[in-house]
Amino acid sequence: MIRIEGLKKSFGKSEVLKDINLQLKRGQCIGLIGPNACGKTTLIKSILSMVLPNDGTIYFDQKSIAGDETYKNKIGYMPQIGRYPENMSIIQVIDMIKSIRQFDGQTDEELWVAFGLEQAKHKKMRTLSGGTTQKVSATLAFLFSPDVLILDEPTAGLDPLASEILREKIIMERQKGKLILITSHLLNELDDLLTDVIYMQDGKIVFFKNTDELLAMSNHGRISKAIGHYIKSAAV
Amino acid sequence: MKFFTSFIVFLLFSHIASGAHIHVGPRFQVTSIRAALLLAKDNDTITVHHSLYTEGTIVVNKSITLIGDEWPVLDGQLKYEVVSIKADHVNISGFVIRNSGIAALNDPGGVKVYDRSNIVIENNVFENNFFAIYIQYGKNCLIKNNKIIGFGKEEQEIGNGIHCWKSDSLRIIANKISGHRDGIYFEFVTNSIVWRNISKRNIRYGLHFMFSNNDAYVNNIFEENGAGVAVMYTKHVTMYSNTFSQSNGDAAYGILLKEISDAEIIGNKFLSNTAALFLEGANRILIKKNVFSGNGWGLKIQANCMDNTITENNFSGNTFDISTNGSLVLNTFDYNYWDKYAGYDIDKNRQGDVPYHPLSIYSTIIENNPIAMLLYRSFIVSLMERTEKLIPSITPDNFRDNSPQMKPYEL
Amino acid sequence: MNKITNFIITDIIKNKIIIIYTVILALFSWSVLSLEDNTAKAMLSLLNIILLAVPLMAVIFSTIYMYNSSEFIELLVSQPIKRKTIWLSHFAGLSISLSIAFILGIGLPIVVYSPDAAGFSILLMGLFITPIFIAIAMLCSILARDKARGIGIAIMVWLFLSLIYDGIVLYLMFQFADYPIEKPMVIMSALNPIDLARIMVLLKVDVSALMGYTGAIFKQIFGSQIGWIISLGLLTFWIVIPMWFSLIKFKNKDL
Repeated sequence: MIRIEGLKKSFGKSEVLKDINLQLKRGQCIGLIGPNACGKTTLIKSILSMVLPNDGTIYFDQKSIAGDETYKNKIGYMPQIGRYPENMSIIQVIDMIKSIRQFDGQTDEELWVAFGLEQAKHKKMRTLSGGTTQKVSATLAFLFSPDVLILDEPTAGLDPLASEILREKIIMERQKGKLILITSHLLNELDDLLTDVIYMQDGKIVFFKNTDELLAMSNHGRISKAIGHYIKSAAV
Repeated sequence: MKFFTSFIVFLLFSHIASGAHIHVGPRFQVTSIRAALLLAKDNDTITVHHSLYTEGTIVVNKSITLIGDEWPVLDGQLKYEVVSIKADHVNISGFVIRNSGIAALNDPGGVKVYDRSNIVIENNVFENNFFAIYIQYGKNCLIKNNKIIGFGKEEQEIGNGIHCWKSDSLRIIANKISGHRDGIYFEFVTNSIVWRNISKRNIRYGLHFMFSNNDAYVNNIFEENGAGVAVMYTKHVTMYSNTFSQSNGDAAYGILLKEISDAEIIGNKFLSNTAALFLEGANRILIKKNVFSGNGWGLKIQANCMDNTITENNFSGNTFDISTNGSLVLNTFDYNYWDKYAGYDIDKNRQGDVPYHPLSIYSTIIENNPIAMLLYRSFIVSLMERTEKLIPSITPDNFRDNSPQMKPYEL
Repeated sequence: MNKITNFIITDIIKNKIIIIYTVILALFSWSVLSLEDNTAKAMLSLLNIILLAVPLMAVIFSTIYMYNSSEFIELLVSQPIKRKTIWLSHFAGLSISLSIAFILGIGLPIVVYSPDAAGFSILLMGLFITPIFIAIAMLCSILARDKARGIGIAIMVWLFLSLIYDGIVLYLMFQFADYPIEKPMVIMSALNPIDLARIMVLLKVDVSALMGYTGAIFKQIFGSQIGWIISLGLLTFWIVIPMWFSLIKFKNKDL
């Protein structure tokens, strides 16, 4: 579904992405993990062409995304820190995105209901807490039932209850055979959702493995432990 | 008693004299004006009925009255002078006089008066003549209610509407003149009045006079003439209540005054001219109660002008109220209204408490460096002008109105 | 594009600053036009507003707005919308709302009090100056990532075009007064949008003065129909060129 070939990106002198090659398929639920500043967000933003690569190509459904924006109709994106026009209310933001996307199917408002945003919908964006803003971001990401979901640190800032709602939602979408890409530096909560794990460090992909494979290689029952084990063993 | 009988005799004679009345026209015995003039004696009346008369030059050498009935047309076929007046006491009225010859040497006219007096030219229409009315050495003539239209394009191709030369005591009243070189031209004409004429769209000057002393110009309208009105080398002229408007162009003036002295220019309106009033070598002129509005320059006063009094005028909406080419100020500018005056009147005497300096520094700059107009009204130039008004450094400090009016005069 | 433009317009119109701007313009022009019985003088006061206040407002307001709008732009870029659309929508939104403010503040009183050639030329020039300085502001906002720096650059551009540039032209005029400098000076003036707009208004306000020798060059170059077309073309360039540069920059910007 998404194929990345030879992707390179540097900001000034610092190379953020060094020759990334990836192939992401439908039905995968991928955890993109790695330490801070390893290039996770840049990779995601490259897929959304918010960041433009210095070199390399990204294909979405076999088509290069360069100079195209229609493929984003199939992506739901939840940013790490959602930034919205301050003077708009929640409902205005939702309505605006709806009207911009010209989506003709049925919108998916499960999260809207589950997060209880209906009660707060006339609040201005600038008055919202970080958590509520994240709820808005999550709602927007799932609103148009996209084929691909890109969630950048989705649970950061969410209270446990909301995290759980989001988790349930991700599981449901995964079962529909969508491609889901989740970045995180702590995986615990989402461990059991993942089918694959990409581990990045210093702008490079250290590994891209199926979770079953990972678990099999180590004797740990949890993915986070398994990853830790793998990295240590790789270093040795 | 002797006087009385002679008076009766005179009456009788004069009655007989004016009794002869000749009709000219296709339906009459006399079909040509020339024939009628041969038949006529002094003081006869010839009525010319409507038709087209192409008789070359009609020379009027008897004191007769020529009356056109239903606008007979006298056509000079672009070859001849149409009517030459070579007798005193001639009246011409009711004709359409057109197509006089075009030649520069003998200045052919629609009607030309040769060294005669008491001529009346009234209620005629002049079309496409070289000179429409030409008076040379005329005396005590009346030119009234004529409509004069020329179709000149270039100055040298056409003469003046009413051209007067070496004449005296003329009355030029209520004529409408357009399309000639100069609308009204006076040279060596004295003791004459020009009243209620409208001179529009002439190629050069609406009114042009030189060496013509003791004349008065009252209630005339001069509009859209190529170069406005020029008054040169003349003394004792009075110009009252005229309107000078839309003389626009390079060297175009509402009035150009050159070597003039002892004149009065009172109650005139100068509207939308490139330069409303230009004074060069003008002395002892009283410029009072005039309106200067919407002109490029209100007054352009050269440094060789002396003892002129400019007072009680309204200056409003002009790009520059005054400009000059020197620093010597020998004229007074008090008691005028200037719309650019930004002073105050604390003592409520209707006059500003601080003097006004009407001379804009930038007008001086433009005088020497015309291209600087490009920057006029820009922020930096406004700053310059403000500063100069507050602390005059380049413009002469005594160039000022000590009693600028707070409100315009009702003129 | 229309939708985003609409959102921006509604967003700006709710902004207090733009309301204050409109009110101040309106107060100024109504009072100038109604208190001053001499319309020519009132027109000149309005001309100064067009040449100083309008570009300053347009450039500062738009620069700040673009920086404040960075979140919104980021959100939009993650959506299936062309970057070009996003950028041009911002330009259109800013231009339309500031032009509405201008028309309400200055246009209306002009139409009521002085619906003549001078009035309409002032109106038209204001409607050119506004988007020109919005385009400049958008270029400044994309050239500098830092907000304070961006605003600084924008103000410098304004100061340069409205004051320093004329100072230079004036200086050159005096320095080279003895040479045939008409053509170069005309070209120099025509290259500055504020000067060009001023000259366009001058041609209507100071008609009489410009008919003379002084104005011969004016009439020839700016006054003719071709001159008008060229001048309006140059003003349009001042919108298009900064806009085009900023668009290229924006298309290649990492968010």
